[in-house]
Amino acid sequence: MTATRTAVLDETVPARAPWSAIVRAGDQLDVIDLHGNQAVDCLLYSAADRTDRYSAQATIAAQRNIFLTTGSVLRTEGGTPLMTVVADEVGNHDTIAGACSQESNTLRYGHHTRHQHACVENFLTAALEWGLGKRDLVSNINWFMNVPVEPDGTLGIVDGLSAPGKKLTLRAEIDTLVLVSNCPQINNPCNGFDPTPVRMVVTR
Amino acid sequence: MTNTHSPAGARAHARAQAEAATPTTPDTPPGLDPTTILVAQRIPPGGYANIVLGRGTRIRLADPSGTTCAHLFLLRAESPWERLNVADTVKVPWQAYLSAGHPLLSDQGRVLATVLTDTSGHHDTLCGPTTDGRHQLHLAAAKEGLEPRDVGPSIALFRGARVAPNGAIESTGNGDAGATIDLLVHLPLTLLVANAPHPLDDRPTGDLDLLAWPAPADRAGNDDPEYRRAVENTEAAWTAALNREVPA
Repeated sequence: MTATRTAVLDETVPARAPWSAIVRAGDQLDVIDLHGNQAVDCLLYSAADRTDRYSAQATIAAQRNIFLTTGSVLRTEGGTPLMTVVADEVGNHDTIAGACSQESNTLRYGHHTRHQHACVENFLTAALEWGLGKRDLVSNINWFMNVPVEPDGTLGIVDGLSAPGKKLTLRAEIDTLVLVSNCPQINNPCNGFDPTPVRMVVTR
Repeated sequence: MTNTHSPAGARAHARAQAEAATPTTPDTPPGLDPTTILVAQRIPPGGYANIVLGRGTRIRLADPSGTTCAHLFLLRAESPWERLNVADTVKVPWQAYLSAGHPLLSDQGRVLATVLTDTSGHHDTLCGPTTDGRHQLHLAAAKEGLEPRDVGPSIALFRGARVAPNGAIESTGNGDAGATIDLLVHLPLTLLVANAPHPLDDRPTGDLDLLAWPAPADRAGNDDPEYRRAVENTEAAWTAALNREVPA
């Protein structure tokens, strides 16, 4: 099937910046890793009922796998599908490691990082525009981020599997509010220690 | 047979029920003075609890029959905007599987509680509860004046899961009957817990025991730099908050 889709939104998210949009049911969102190895932290909410939000745990339990890739259904706590990954040029995305915050950075890298830019600040900035707040932030998706779990439970953010121009495509199953933090982290390999812009394209 | 046609009869009937009941409570741990126990509850399948606990409390959750599952969520009492962050709880210690020494971290870079001992080894941070278990946590939260959106991702105790190299996640069931996990409270907590099946192991659960007693001198054996900084952040917040108290 080669149905022609028309772009209804095409925006570049600068390095370190927040972004948000409502993607209508049936529309598709392309997330394009322009320069490669750029973590894109992402939270999803039912646009009609923003208390019905993405659940990393419900998503993992339903698909019985911690990695997200083509075929993964991104679900709310109640199991409702919000979006489905319909194409993925990378093959493995994280949803267990959460978002960096100024506070967790002090634990992971030392207190000198307390006032560095972090994803939770981006999420809050985007959330506030939609009437959401800190209570609405839960474990998120990290597109293009690689977090293996070893047999003894050791886990960590390691070098990414993405490359310049690699893309994934999400199809909205219901009208979905998408919040993004184009991750500003410079202390781990999630961005190759160099945050870069990403491109978001919505097609209908 | 008591007559319940009149208020007096109904009252006698109601009061007789407590006299006839034989409630089961958890056993007191050996070596512990029973008069020091702060909380002793046996939570049946489908049950839940919402309890506020002070700093320095030791919490024991127990699986007397080897069949329970405890879905646990923690918020900072008096400041429930600060709450358990499951992602940070696995990411910061570089470890997905809970065992002794593991901190349960808040979203503010502080330790809400530390795992002191664990004889189960069957816990899960990745899958959350079933829909019924989530509803029970929402009820427990509501009793504390909280809303469903205040309840974030939770931890499942006594029913484990493990991740294969390809990311596949499999249930490991329960540990031994009588298994316990002890937590030390670092900041005053609102503890929400639900006894409900695990989404990868939906067998009915058995009773869940919850005990708590004061143990302010207890310390976790963990000297990781991430843990030390988390404790440092916690102590700084606690010390600063002491100044809120009005001098006698």
